[in-house]
Amino acid sequence: MTDTSIARRGGGHASAPSGRPRRSHRPQKASGLNPKLIPYVLLIPGVLVMAALLLYPMIQAGIMSFQKVGIPQIRDVNPRPADWVGWENYTKIFENDIFWSALRNTLVFAFVTVSLTLIVGTGVGVLLQQLSKRMSTVLIVGIMFAWAVPPVAQGVIWRWLFDAEAGIVNWALNLLPDFLSTALFGRADWTGVPWLNEAYTVYIALIMTVVWASFPFIAVSVLAGLKSIPNELYEAARVDGSSPWRTFRTITFPLLKPVFAVLTILSIIWDFKVFSQLYVLLNGPTNREAFNLSMFSYAEAFRPPPKMGSGAAIAVILTIILLIVTAFYVRQMIKSEEVQ
Amino acid sequence: MTTLTSPQVRRPRDTARTRKKLRKIALNGTAVVVFVIAMFPVYWMVSTGFKTNDQIFTTEFIPFPTSFTFEHFDRVLDQGVAGNSIWLYLRNSAIVALGTVAVGAVFSLLAATAVSRFRFKGRTSFLITLLIVQMVPAEALLIPLFLSVKRLGLYDQLLGLIVVNVGLTLPFGIWMLRTFVAAVPKSLEEAAWIDGASRFTTFWKVLFPLVAPGLVATSIFSFITAWNELIFALVLMSDPSGYTMPVALQYFFGQRGTDWGAIMASSTLMTIPVVVFFLLVQRRMVSGLVAGAVKG
Repeated sequence: MTDTSIARRGGGHASAPSGRPRRSHRPQKASGLNPKLIPYVLLIPGVLVMAALLLYPMIQAGIMSFQKVGIPQIRDVNPRPADWVGWENYTKIFENDIFWSALRNTLVFAFVTVSLTLIVGTGVGVLLQQLSKRMSTVLIVGIMFAWAVPPVAQGVIWRWLFDAEAGIVNWALNLLPDFLSTALFGRADWTGVPWLNEAYTVYIALIMTVVWASFPFIAVSVLAGLKSIPNELYEAARVDGSSPWRTFRTITFPLLKPVFAVLTILSIIWDFKVFSQLYVLLNGPTNREAFNLSMFSYAEAFRPPPKMGSGAAIAVILTIILLIVTAFYVRQMIKSEEVQ
Repeated sequence: MTTLTSPQVRRPRDTARTRKKLRKIALNGTAVVVFVIAMFPVYWMVSTGFKTNDQIFTTEFIPFPTSFTFEHFDRVLDQGVAGNSIWLYLRNSAIVALGTVAVGAVFSLLAATAVSRFRFKGRTSFLITLLIVQMVPAEALLIPLFLSVKRLGLYDQLLGLIVVNVGLTLPFGIWMLRTFVAAVPKSLEEAAWIDGASRFTTFWKVLFPLVAPGLVATSIFSFITAWNELIFALVLMSDPSGYTMPVALQYFFGQRGTDWGAIMASSTLMTIPVVVFFLLVQRRMVSGLVAGAVKG
């Protein structure tokens, strides 16, 4: 049941009207190749690349997570075969406090960032639709800049904005009236406050960085979805005296549900794996309390002494979490489309 | 204006018009705020790159670099970082990204044609595999690929990075390009087919020109992904002369304080090509992303 629906979805396209003949009766040509084999031949390079560079390493990572792989196993000269250690890598990880703080950081960060990104992005998407054509073009180009900045440069920029001495954030907080600042945050003088030393404040910076960089994609996607909704529906709602919020809730949101489902999945996948921005904000894998699972896996495997088996085990855990989350949403998505 | 001259008669419409005007002001005001929030960090990066150190390291807010200088750009281009000019790292990044695109474009076009022009056994499984492998975190591939690359003698070579990036970008490339191929009406190919064109001629003369814009958009997406890639470049490159930009940038954060002018100049240089590409294919990339995702 599920399989057939995915096959149908995979074959369809917005611009292709349904019922397009799938199997065209082409005149038989005298080319040496059996037409039935053509798609397989076309797929060979892609399948080989994916098998060698994605599927095989995935399986290997799974195997390595049950092995002890350190310097004796990875050295160039006379490497020793890896020892099978069973579940030892996993039990050690579960006993490690850093794993639990990394898991918490990953989950909380993803939850907060995905929510904020979707809210801000949807708001800006709706705004873009309401603006005049010229204003909306200007705004799209503006937010495109935030979206285009490479993740490493994003980290660099926000590390600078949150700089303790010369950062704009502390400068702006100093502008607050002293009584307000004291009432809200318990301090009036912000000069020299180090944001990037504590795990908690690092994540505030990271959330701002990632939301800033990823809301434009949501906004532009929501705008594309809004444009696809026929205007008559809104006119009918207006005639019936529907309030803007009610219109959004009863027309816009249900029709954009598939778009939101996809945007949510993509955001979750991206935000679970955030690495570059955190790497820059933390100045490499230094502050262990501020690790997320990606950083923890990287640090275990590539900081001396390398514990590749343990790093692989963390990566496997991260992969499983991602697959569970995504499977859940993919099912939701298929369901919602079958209902319609 | 005319309504204002006769307020007595037109009062209801007048308030409606005022309300409309207020709404417009509110909308445009919000737009300006969003624009500033989105642009300011980028502007701050560029402007810091043009400030003198006196204006950089201050607790004051200096909105414009009144002491406009090219010293940081000159410094990163002449002396560079980790012993090499920033040109070398830009060049390495460009080689990796262009190599990835060159290989990836061919492979993804072939595979995209296969899945959107033919029905065959295993097609569904292939599409599902495409979806699943995109979710796998790089960290899960990092360790085995690091060992494989070492074993194959590609460690510390740009070729190794190209190979890895082709693998990382290909599933999404096929996924995105698939919708562009499917958007070309099949009847065009069939017409050429009936006129006696060979399969290859049909592909090359009919399908390819129509898919080319989509191929460009997909290639740019792969280019940006490879250009921005950090974690594999960190692990697969140990010799500074092989660093790509994302890795080289890390070396500005030294022990004795950070040279913010230099790092902002370098970040600006790294960001320029991506922004240019983004603005070029912005619309098509969004449609590719969303259509590919929604119609998945």
